Amino acid sequence: MKFCKTEGGNLPKVGVLALQGNFAKHAQKLQLLGIPYQYVKTSQDLAKCDALIIPGGESTTMSKLLELSNLGCAIQEFGTTNPIMGTCAGLILLSRKVDDPRVKPLGLIDISVKRNAYGSQLDSFITPLFCPFTKNRRCRGVFIRAPKIGHVAKNVQTIISQNNEPVMVRNKNIIALTFHPELTTELSVHAYFLGCAS
Amino acid sequence: MKKNTFELKVGLAEMLKGGVIMDVTNVEQAQIAEQAGATAVMALERIPSDIRKDGGVARMSAPQMIQAIKAKVSIPVMAKCRIGHFVEAQILQALKIDFIDESEVLTPADEANHIHKHTFHIPFVCGCRNLGEALRRIAEGAAMIRTKGEAGTGNIVEAVRHMRSVMTSIRQLQNMDPSELMAVAKKINAPYELVQKTAKLGKLPVPNFAAGGIATPADAALMMQLGAEAVFVGSGIFTSDDPEKRAQAIVQATTHYQDPDILLKISTGLKPAMPGIEISSLAEHEILQNRGW
Repeated sequence: MKFCKTEGGNLPKVGVLALQGNFAKHAQKLQLLGIPYQYVKTSQDLAKCDALIIPGGESTTMSKLLELSNLGCAIQEFGTTNPIMGTCAGLILLSRKVDDPRVKPLGLIDISVKRNAYGSQLDSFITPLFCPFTKNRRCRGVFIRAPKIGHVAKNVQTIISQNNEPVMVRNKNIIALTFHPELTTELSVHAYFLGCAS
Repeated sequence: MKKNTFELKVGLAEMLKGGVIMDVTNVEQAQIAEQAGATAVMALERIPSDIRKDGGVARMSAPQMIQAIKAKVSIPVMAKCRIGHFVEAQILQALKIDFIDESEVLTPADEANHIHKHTFHIPFVCGCRNLGEALRRIAEGAAMIRTKGEAGTGNIVEAVRHMRSVMTSIRQLQNMDPSELMAVAKKINAPYELVQKTAKLGKLPVPNFAAGGIATPADAALMMQLGAEAVFVGSGIFTSDDPEKRAQAIVQATTHYQDPDILLKISTGLKPAMPGIEISSLAEHEILQNRGW
Protein backbone atom coordinates (compact mmCIF):
# COMPACT_ATOMS: atom_id res chain seq x y z
CA MET A 1 0.00 0.00 0.00
CA LYS A 2 1.46 3.34 -1.06
CA PHE A 3 0.44 6.17 1.22
CA CYS A 4 2.25 9.14 -0.27
CA LYS A 5 1.87 8.57 -3.98
CA THR A 6 -1.79 7.86 -4.47
CA GLU A 7 -3.19 9.57 -7.53
CA GLY A 8 -6.10 11.78 -6.63
CA GLY A 9 -8.86 10.61 -4.35
CA ASN A 10 -8.54 10.36 -0.61
CA LEU A 11 -5.26 9.56 1.07
CA PRO A 12 -5.49 6.49 3.27
CA LYS A 13 -5.69 7.28 6.97
CA VAL A 14 -3.10 6.17 9.50
CA GLY A 15 -4.20 5.38 13.05
CA VAL A 16 -1.97 6.11 16.03
CA LEU A 17 -2.78 3.99 19.08
CA ALA A 18 -3.37 6.59 21.81
CA LEU A 19 -4.01 4.53 24.94
CA GLN A 20 -0.76 5.72 26.53
CA GLY A 21 2.71 6.79 25.47
CA ASN A 22 4.21 9.28 23.05
CA PHE A 23 1.53 8.99 20.39
CA ALA A 24 1.60 12.76 19.80
CA LYS A 25 5.17 12.58 18.45
CA HIS A 26 4.12 9.97 15.87
CA ALA A 27 1.16 12.12 14.88
CA GLN A 28 3.58 15.03 14.37
CA LYS A 29 5.61 12.93 11.90
CA LEU A 30 2.49 12.01 9.95
CA GLN A 31 1.52 15.66 9.85
CA LEU A 32 4.95 16.58 8.45
CA LEU A 33 4.54 13.89 5.79
CA GLY A 34 1.10 15.24 4.91
CA ILE A 35 -0.68 12.02 5.87
CA PRO A 36 -4.14 12.14 7.47
CA TYR A 37 -4.12 10.48 10.87
CA GLN A 38 -6.52 9.51 13.60
CA TYR A 39 -5.93 8.72 17.27
CA VAL A 40 -7.13 5.22 18.11
CA LYS A 41 -8.58 4.53 21.57
CA THR A 42 -11.43 2.19 20.64
CA SER A 43 -12.17 -0.42 17.98
CA GLN A 44 -14.55 2.10 16.36
CA ASP A 45 -11.59 4.45 15.87
CA LEU A 46 -9.53 1.63 14.37
CA ALA A 47 -12.28 0.82 11.87
CA LYS A 48 -11.69 4.23 10.25
CA CYS A 49 -7.98 3.51 9.61
CA ASP A 50 -5.94 1.84 6.88
CA ALA A 51 -2.72 1.44 8.85
CA LEU A 52 -1.69 1.68 12.51
CA ILE A 53 1.27 2.90 14.55
CA ILE A 54 1.72 1.56 18.08
CA PRO A 55 3.90 4.08 19.95
CA GLY A 56 6.43 3.81 22.74
CA GLY A 57 5.26 4.02 26.32
CA GLU A 58 4.81 1.41 29.02
CA SER A 59 3.92 -1.98 27.57
CA THR A 60 2.31 -3.17 30.83
CA THR A 61 -0.02 -0.15 30.78
CA MET A 62 -0.98 -0.55 27.12
CA SER A 63 -1.40 -4.31 27.53
CA LYS A 64 -3.73 -3.72 30.49
CA LEU A 65 -5.81 -1.16 28.58
CA LEU A 66 -6.06 -3.48 25.56
CA GLU A 67 -7.17 -6.27 27.87
CA LEU A 68 -9.94 -4.08 29.33
CA SER A 69 -11.47 -3.48 25.90
CA ASN A 70 -11.98 -5.43 22.68
CA LEU A 71 -9.35 -3.31 20.94
CA GLY A 72 -6.62 -5.97 21.29
CA CYS A 73 -8.63 -8.49 19.25
CA ALA A 74 -9.52 -5.79 16.74
CA ILE A 75 -5.81 -4.97 16.22
CA GLN A 76 -5.00 -8.68 15.78
CA GLU A 77 -7.55 -8.92 13.02
CA PHE A 78 -6.53 -5.57 11.50
CA GLY A 79 -2.91 -6.77 11.39
CA THR A 80 -3.66 -9.79 9.22
CA THR A 81 -3.91 -7.45 6.23
CA ASN A 82 -3.14 -3.84 7.21
CA PRO A 83 0.29 -2.29 7.82
CA ILE A 84 1.24 -1.87 11.49
CA MET A 85 4.43 -0.33 12.88
CA GLY A 86 5.34 -0.67 16.54
CA THR A 87 8.16 1.22 18.26
CA CYS A 88 9.64 0.09 21.61
CA ALA A 89 6.56 -0.80 23.71
CA GLY A 90 4.77 -1.13 20.36
CA LEU A 91 7.28 -3.80 19.30
CA ILE A 92 6.71 -5.64 22.57
CA LEU A 93 2.95 -5.67 21.94
CA LEU A 94 3.36 -6.86 18.33
CA SER A 95 5.68 -9.75 19.27
CA ARG A 96 4.86 -13.42 19.67
CA LYS A 97 6.55 -13.93 23.03
CA VAL A 98 7.62 -11.65 25.89
CA ASP A 99 9.90 -12.67 28.76
CA ASP A 100 7.43 -11.18 31.23
CA PRO A 101 3.91 -12.47 32.08
CA ARG A 102 2.82 -8.93 32.91
CA VAL A 103 2.53 -8.20 29.18
CA LYS A 104 0.21 -10.13 26.89
CA PRO A 105 1.51 -9.66 23.33
CA LEU A 106 -0.68 -9.66 20.23
CA GLY A 107 1.46 -12.19 18.35
CA LEU A 108 1.50 -10.36 15.04
CA ILE A 109 5.21 -10.88 14.31
CA ASP A 110 7.14 -14.01 15.19
CA ILE A 111 9.87 -12.66 17.47
CA SER A 112 10.58 -13.05 21.16
CA VAL A 113 11.34 -9.97 23.26
CA LYS A 114 13.15 -9.18 26.49
CA ARG A 115 11.86 -6.04 28.23
CA ASN A 116 14.19 -3.32 29.61
CA ALA A 117 17.07 -5.41 28.32
CA TYR A 118 19.72 -2.71 28.51
CA GLY A 119 18.99 -1.72 32.12
CA SER A 120 17.52 1.36 33.79
CA GLN A 121 17.16 4.90 32.43
CA LEU A 122 20.90 5.44 33.07
CA ASP A 123 21.55 2.87 30.33
CA SER A 124 19.35 4.61 27.74
CA PHE A 125 21.44 5.78 24.76
CA ILE A 126 21.54 7.44 21.34
CA THR A 127 23.64 5.93 18.55
CA PRO A 128 23.91 6.21 14.75
CA LEU A 129 22.51 3.16 12.94
CA PHE A 130 23.19 1.71 9.49
CA CYS A 131 19.88 2.12 7.70
CA PRO A 132 19.48 0.48 4.26
CA PHE A 133 16.53 2.58 3.11
CA THR A 134 17.81 6.14 3.57
CA LYS A 135 19.93 8.02 1.03
CA ASN A 136 22.95 8.38 3.31
CA ARG A 137 22.40 4.91 4.79
CA ARG A 138 22.18 6.33 8.29
CA CYS A 139 19.56 7.10 10.87
CA ARG A 140 19.56 8.09 14.54
CA GLY A 141 18.72 5.40 17.05
CA VAL A 142 17.21 6.67 20.29
CA PHE A 143 16.97 3.77 22.75
CA ILE A 144 15.02 4.46 25.97
CA ARG A 145 14.78 1.64 28.53
CA ALA A 146 14.68 -0.37 25.34
CA PRO A 147 13.76 -4.02 24.82
CA LYS A 148 15.91 -6.51 22.91
CA ILE A 149 14.75 -8.89 20.23
CA GLY A 150 15.68 -12.48 21.03
CA HIS A 151 14.50 -15.20 18.68
CA VAL A 152 13.64 -14.13 15.12
CA ALA A 153 11.55 -16.56 13.05
CA LYS A 154 12.54 -17.46 9.47
CA ASN A 155 9.73 -15.41 7.94
CA VAL A 156 10.95 -12.27 9.74
CA GLN A 157 13.51 -10.08 8.04
CA THR A 158 16.05 -8.01 9.99
CA ILE A 159 16.23 -4.50 8.54
CA ILE A 160 18.49 -2.70 11.01
CA SER A 161 20.95 -4.15 13.50
CA GLN A 162 23.02 -2.66 16.28
CA ASN A 163 26.04 -4.59 17.63
CA ASN A 164 24.90 -7.56 15.51
CA GLU A 165 21.53 -7.62 17.27
CA PRO A 166 18.32 -6.90 15.35
CA VAL A 167 16.67 -3.59 16.30
CA MET A 168 14.26 -3.24 13.37
CA VAL A 169 12.46 -6.23 11.87
CA ARG A 170 9.71 -6.82 9.37
CA ASN A 171 7.35 -9.52 8.23
CA LYS A 172 5.41 -8.24 5.23
CA ASN A 173 2.97 -5.63 6.58
CA ILE A 174 4.23 -5.70 10.18
CA ILE A 175 7.26 -3.59 11.15
CA ALA A 176 8.73 -3.48 14.65
CA LEU A 177 11.56 -1.36 16.11
CA THR A 178 13.19 -1.28 19.53
CA PHE A 179 14.15 2.42 19.13
CA HIS A 180 12.26 5.70 18.71
CA PRO A 181 12.35 7.32 15.24
CA GLU A 182 9.55 9.64 16.41
CA LEU A 183 11.91 11.32 18.89
CA THR A 184 14.34 12.44 16.16
CA THR A 185 13.94 15.11 13.47
CA GLU A 186 14.16 12.42 10.76
CA LEU A 187 11.17 11.24 8.73
CA SER A 188 12.80 8.26 7.01
CA VAL A 189 11.40 5.41 9.14
CA HIS A 190 7.85 6.74 8.93
CA ALA A 191 8.25 7.29 5.19
CA TYR A 192 9.55 3.73 4.84
CA PHE A 193 6.56 2.39 6.76
CA LEU A 194 4.20 4.31 4.54
CA GLY A 195 5.82 2.91 1.44
CA CYS A 196 7.15 6.18 0.14
CA ALA A 197 10.82 5.82 1.03
CA SER A 198 13.06 7.34 -1.61
CA MET B 1 27.20 6.48 21.59
CA LYS B 2 25.67 9.16 23.80
CA LYS B 3 24.15 8.58 27.22
CA ASN B 4 22.45 10.70 29.86
CA THR B 5 21.74 13.63 27.52
CA PHE B 6 18.88 16.06 28.10
CA GLU B 7 17.22 14.58 24.99
CA LEU B 8 17.18 11.12 26.60
CA LYS B 9 15.87 12.53 29.88
CA VAL B 10 12.96 14.23 28.10
CA GLY B 11 12.57 11.07 26.01
CA LEU B 12 11.67 9.02 29.08
CA ALA B 13 9.21 11.72 30.19
CA GLU B 14 7.62 11.46 26.72
CA MET B 15 7.06 7.73 27.24
CA LEU B 16 5.08 8.43 30.43
CA LYS B 17 2.53 10.64 28.67
CA GLY B 18 -1.10 9.66 28.80
CA GLY B 19 -0.43 7.61 31.91
CA VAL B 20 -0.69 7.61 35.69
CA ILE B 21 2.27 7.71 38.08
CA MET B 22 1.27 6.36 41.49
CA ASP B 23 2.70 6.93 44.98
CA VAL B 24 3.48 3.62 46.71
CA THR B 25 4.95 2.91 50.12
CA ASN B 26 5.78 -0.80 49.84
CA VAL B 27 6.26 -3.67 47.39
CA GLU B 28 2.67 -4.84 47.64
CA GLN B 29 1.29 -1.42 46.71
CA ALA B 30 3.83 -1.12 43.89
CA GLN B 31 2.59 -4.39 42.43
CA ILE B 32 -1.05 -3.31 42.73
CA ALA B 33 -0.13 -0.09 40.91
CA GLU B 34 1.67 -1.94 38.13
CA GLN B 35 -1.17 -4.41 37.68
CA ALA B 36 -3.66 -1.57 37.52
CA GLY B 37 -1.72 -0.07 34.62
CA ALA B 38 0.44 2.64 36.25
CA THR B 39 3.22 3.88 33.93
CA ALA B 40 5.56 4.42 36.88
CA VAL B 41 5.60 4.31 40.66
CA MET B 42 6.86 6.92 43.10
CA ALA B 43 8.49 5.06 45.96
CA LEU B 44 8.18 6.88 49.27
CA GLU B 45 7.95 5.97 52.93
CA ARG B 46 4.83 7.96 53.71
CA ILE B 47 2.20 9.23 51.33
CA PRO B 48 1.69 13.01 51.45
CA SER B 49 -1.51 12.80 53.55
CA ASP B 50 0.42 10.88 56.24
CA ILE B 51 3.34 13.32 56.06
CA ARG B 52 0.76 16.02 56.74
CA LYS B 53 -0.63 14.15 59.75
CA ASP B 54 2.71 13.10 61.24
CA GLY B 55 4.49 16.45 60.95
CA GLY B 56 8.23 16.58 61.64
CA VAL B 57 10.89 16.61 58.92
CA ALA B 58 10.12 14.58 55.80
CA ARG B 59 13.25 13.27 54.07
CA MET B 60 14.27 11.01 51.18
CA SER B 61 13.01 7.44 51.69
CA ALA B 62 15.33 4.71 52.94
CA PRO B 63 17.33 3.23 50.03
CA GLN B 64 16.46 -0.38 50.93
CA MET B 65 12.75 0.42 50.63
CA ILE B 66 13.22 1.94 47.16
CA GLN B 67 15.51 -0.94 46.19
CA ALA B 68 12.90 -3.53 47.21
CA ILE B 69 10.27 -1.87 45.02
CA LYS B 70 12.70 -1.50 42.12
CA ALA B 71 13.40 -5.24 42.28
CA LYS B 72 9.73 -6.19 41.98
CA VAL B 73 8.28 -3.94 39.28
CA SER B 74 9.18 -3.56 35.61
CA ILE B 75 7.87 -0.01 35.17
CA PRO B 76 10.07 3.03 35.91
CA VAL B 77 10.64 3.80 39.58
CA MET B 78 10.78 7.39 40.81
CA ALA B 79 11.72 8.72 44.23
CA LYS B 80 11.66 12.09 45.94
CA CYS B 81 14.49 14.19 47.31
CA ARG B 82 14.17 17.40 49.29
CA ILE B 83 14.29 20.72 47.44
CA GLY B 84 17.96 21.72 47.20
CA HIS B 85 19.23 18.47 48.75
CA PHE B 86 21.62 17.46 45.99
CA VAL B 87 23.25 14.75 48.09
CA GLU B 88 19.94 12.90 48.47
CA ALA B 89 19.74 13.20 44.68
CA GLN B 90 23.27 11.80 44.31
CA ILE B 91 22.26 8.81 46.44
CA LEU B 92 19.11 8.24 44.37
CA GLN B 93 21.24 8.37 41.24
CA ALA B 94 23.63 5.81 42.71
CA LEU B 95 20.55 3.66 43.36
CA LYS B 96 19.87 3.82 39.59
CA ILE B 97 16.24 4.77 39.85
CA ASP B 98 14.66 6.17 36.69
CA PHE B 99 13.43 9.64 37.75
CA ILE B 100 13.96 11.99 40.71
CA ASP B 101 11.19 14.26 42.00
CA GLU B 102 12.68 17.34 43.69
CA SER B 103 9.58 17.70 45.77
CA GLU B 104 7.87 20.27 47.99
CA VAL B 105 6.16 17.35 49.75
CA LEU B 106 9.42 16.75 51.62
CA THR B 107 10.84 19.39 53.96
CA PRO B 108 13.09 21.73 51.91
CA ALA B 109 16.84 21.52 52.56
CA ASP B 110 17.64 24.84 50.88
CA GLU B 111 15.24 27.77 50.85
CA ALA B 112 17.25 29.77 48.29
CA ASN B 113 18.43 27.24 45.71
CA HIS B 114 16.97 24.30 43.88
CA ILE B 115 19.26 21.50 42.69
CA HIS B 116 21.39 22.19 39.59
CA LYS B 117 19.80 19.29 37.75
CA HIS B 118 21.87 19.45 34.56
CA THR B 119 24.84 17.94 36.40
CA PHE B 120 22.88 14.72 37.07
CA HIS B 121 22.51 11.76 34.72
CA ILE B 122 19.03 10.95 35.98
CA PRO B 123 16.06 12.98 34.77
CA PHE B 124 14.26 15.24 37.27
CA VAL B 125 10.65 16.30 37.64
CA CYS B 126 9.78 19.47 39.56
CA GLY B 127 6.56 21.12 40.69
CA CYS B 128 5.29 24.53 39.64
CA ARG B 129 2.42 26.91 40.35
CA ASN B 130 2.82 29.07 37.26
CA LEU B 131 4.78 29.47 34.03
CA GLY B 132 7.65 31.42 35.57
CA GLU B 133 8.30 28.70 38.15
CA ALA B 134 8.05 26.00 35.48
CA LEU B 135 10.61 27.73 33.25
CA ARG B 136 13.02 28.34 36.16
CA ARG B 137 12.99 24.62 36.93
CA ILE B 138 13.47 23.71 33.26
CA ALA B 139 16.43 26.11 33.10
CA GLU B 140 17.94 24.24 36.06
CA GLY B 141 17.55 20.99 34.13
CA ALA B 142 14.11 19.54 34.93
CA ALA B 143 13.02 17.14 32.15
CA MET B 144 9.40 17.11 33.27
CA ILE B 145 7.16 19.64 34.99
CA ARG B 146 4.13 18.89 37.14
CA THR B 147 1.70 21.16 38.91
CA LYS B 148 2.30 21.37 42.64
CA GLY B 149 -1.37 21.36 43.53
CA GLU B 150 -1.74 20.79 47.26
CA ALA B 151 -0.44 17.29 47.95
CA GLY B 152 -2.18 15.01 50.41
CA THR B 153 -5.46 16.93 50.46
CA GLY B 154 -7.47 14.98 47.88
CA ASN B 155 -8.65 18.43 46.81
CA ILE B 156 -8.12 19.24 43.14
CA VAL B 157 -8.61 23.00 43.39
CA GLU B 158 -4.92 23.93 43.67
CA ALA B 159 -3.81 21.68 40.80
CA VAL B 160 -6.52 23.27 38.65
CA ARG B 161 -5.33 26.74 39.69
CA HIS B 162 -1.73 25.87 38.75
CA MET B 163 -2.55 24.19 35.45
CA ARG B 164 -4.88 27.02 34.45
CA SER B 165 -2.18 29.54 35.32
CA VAL B 166 0.45 27.77 33.17
CA MET B 167 -1.87 27.19 30.20
CA THR B 168 -3.34 30.71 30.27
CA SER B 169 0.16 32.21 30.30
CA ILE B 170 1.18 30.03 27.35
CA ARG B 171 -1.88 31.09 25.36
CA GLN B 172 -1.08 34.74 26.11
CA LEU B 173 2.53 34.26 24.96
CA GLN B 174 1.34 32.80 21.67
CA ASN B 175 -0.61 35.97 20.88
CA MET B 176 2.22 38.35 21.70
CA ASP B 177 4.50 40.31 19.48
CA PRO B 178 8.09 38.95 19.74
CA SER B 179 9.23 42.35 21.04
CA GLU B 180 7.00 41.91 24.08
CA LEU B 181 8.56 38.65 25.28
CA MET B 182 11.48 40.22 27.15
CA ALA B 183 9.06 42.18 29.33
CA VAL B 184 7.25 38.91 30.10
CA ALA B 185 10.53 37.21 30.98
CA LYS B 186 11.29 40.09 33.35
CA LYS B 187 7.84 39.99 34.90
CA ILE B 188 7.66 36.24 35.52
CA ASN B 189 11.36 35.88 36.44
CA ALA B 190 12.04 33.32 33.74
CA PRO B 191 14.92 32.96 31.24
CA TYR B 192 14.19 34.87 28.02
CA GLU B 193 15.22 31.97 25.75
CA LEU B 194 12.75 29.63 27.41
CA VAL B 195 9.97 32.24 27.19
CA GLN B 196 10.70 32.54 23.45
CA LYS B 197 10.74 28.77 23.05
CA THR B 198 7.45 28.34 24.91
CA ALA B 199 5.81 31.05 22.80
CA LYS B 200 7.00 29.32 19.63
CA LEU B 201 5.97 25.79 20.68
CA GLY B 202 2.68 26.83 22.26
CA LYS B 203 3.51 24.45 25.10
CA LEU B 204 6.17 23.91 27.75
CA PRO B 205 9.51 22.75 26.30
CA VAL B 206 9.23 19.54 28.40
CA PRO B 207 6.23 17.32 29.23
CA ASN B 208 3.67 19.00 31.47
CA PHE B 209 1.98 16.71 34.01
CA ALA B 210 -0.58 17.26 36.78
CA ALA B 211 -0.14 16.43 40.47
CA GLY B 212 -1.43 17.38 43.90
CA GLY B 213 -4.97 16.50 44.94
CA ILE B 214 -6.14 14.01 42.29
CA ALA B 215 -8.48 11.54 44.02
CA THR B 216 -11.04 10.38 41.44
CA PRO B 217 -11.20 9.32 37.77
CA ALA B 218 -13.04 12.58 37.10
CA ASP B 219 -10.19 14.57 38.71
CA ALA B 220 -7.67 12.87 36.40
CA ALA B 221 -9.82 13.53 33.31
CA LEU B 222 -10.33 17.14 34.39
CA MET B 223 -6.58 17.74 34.56
CA MET B 224 -6.10 16.07 31.16
CA GLN B 225 -8.80 18.23 29.58
CA LEU B 226 -7.15 21.32 31.08
CA GLY B 227 -3.93 20.43 29.24
CA ALA B 228 -2.00 17.98 31.43
CA GLU B 229 -0.16 15.31 29.44
CA ALA B 230 -0.28 12.74 32.28
CA VAL B 231 -1.13 12.63 35.98
CA PHE B 232 0.46 11.77 39.31
CA VAL B 233 -1.77 10.31 42.01
CA GLY B 234 -0.31 10.49 45.49
CA SER B 235 -2.54 9.82 48.44
CA GLY B 236 -5.73 9.33 46.40
CA ILE B 237 -5.36 5.62 45.69
CA PHE B 238 -4.12 3.90 48.83
CA THR B 239 -6.23 5.98 51.24
CA SER B 240 -9.40 5.02 49.37
CA ASP B 241 -11.51 1.98 50.26
CA ASP B 242 -10.75 0.03 47.08
CA PRO B 243 -7.23 0.84 45.85
CA GLU B 244 -7.10 -1.78 43.04
CA LYS B 245 -10.34 -0.72 41.44
CA ARG B 246 -9.74 3.00 41.90
CA ALA B 247 -6.19 2.74 40.49
CA GLN B 248 -7.46 0.98 37.39
CA ALA B 249 -10.34 3.44 36.98
CA ILE B 250 -7.96 6.42 37.15
CA VAL B 251 -5.71 4.77 34.53
CA GLN B 252 -8.70 4.32 32.23
CA ALA B 253 -9.93 7.86 32.89
CA THR B 254 -6.53 9.28 31.91
CA THR B 255 -6.73 7.47 28.56
CA HIS B 256 -10.40 8.14 27.82
CA TYR B 257 -10.50 11.63 29.36
CA GLN B 258 -12.52 13.04 26.48
CA ASP B 259 -15.25 10.40 26.53
CA PRO B 260 -17.94 11.08 29.19
CA ASP B 261 -19.70 7.76 28.47
CA ILE B 262 -16.58 5.78 29.34
CA LEU B 263 -15.90 8.09 32.33
CA LEU B 264 -19.40 7.39 33.62
CA LYS B 265 -18.89 3.67 33.30
CA ILE B 266 -15.56 3.58 35.15
CA SER B 267 -16.71 6.02 37.85
CA THR B 268 -19.71 3.85 38.70
CA GLY B 269 -19.50 1.46 41.65
CA LEU B 270 -16.30 2.74 43.22
CA LYS B 271 -16.11 2.75 47.01
CA PRO B 272 -15.61 6.11 48.77
CA ALA B 273 -12.61 8.23 47.79
CA MET B 274 -10.26 9.68 50.39
CA PRO B 275 -12.12 12.20 52.62
CA GLY B 276 -10.07 15.19 51.56
CA ILE B 277 -9.22 18.52 53.16
CA GLU B 278 -10.61 21.97 52.48
CA ILE B 279 -7.62 24.21 51.61
CA SER B 280 -8.84 27.17 53.70
CA SER B 281 -8.71 24.95 56.79
CA LEU B 282 -4.94 24.61 56.43
CA ALA B 283 -2.65 26.91 58.41
CA GLU B 284 -0.01 28.87 56.51
CA HIS B 285 2.77 26.48 57.59
CA GLU B 286 0.74 23.49 56.38
CA ILE B 287 0.62 24.73 52.78
CA LEU B 288 3.19 22.66 50.86
CA GLN B 289 2.99 24.47 47.52
CA ASN B 290 4.75 27.56 48.90
CA ARG B 291 7.94 25.57 49.42
CA GLY B 292 10.47 26.33 46.69
CA TRP B 293 10.08 29.36 44.39
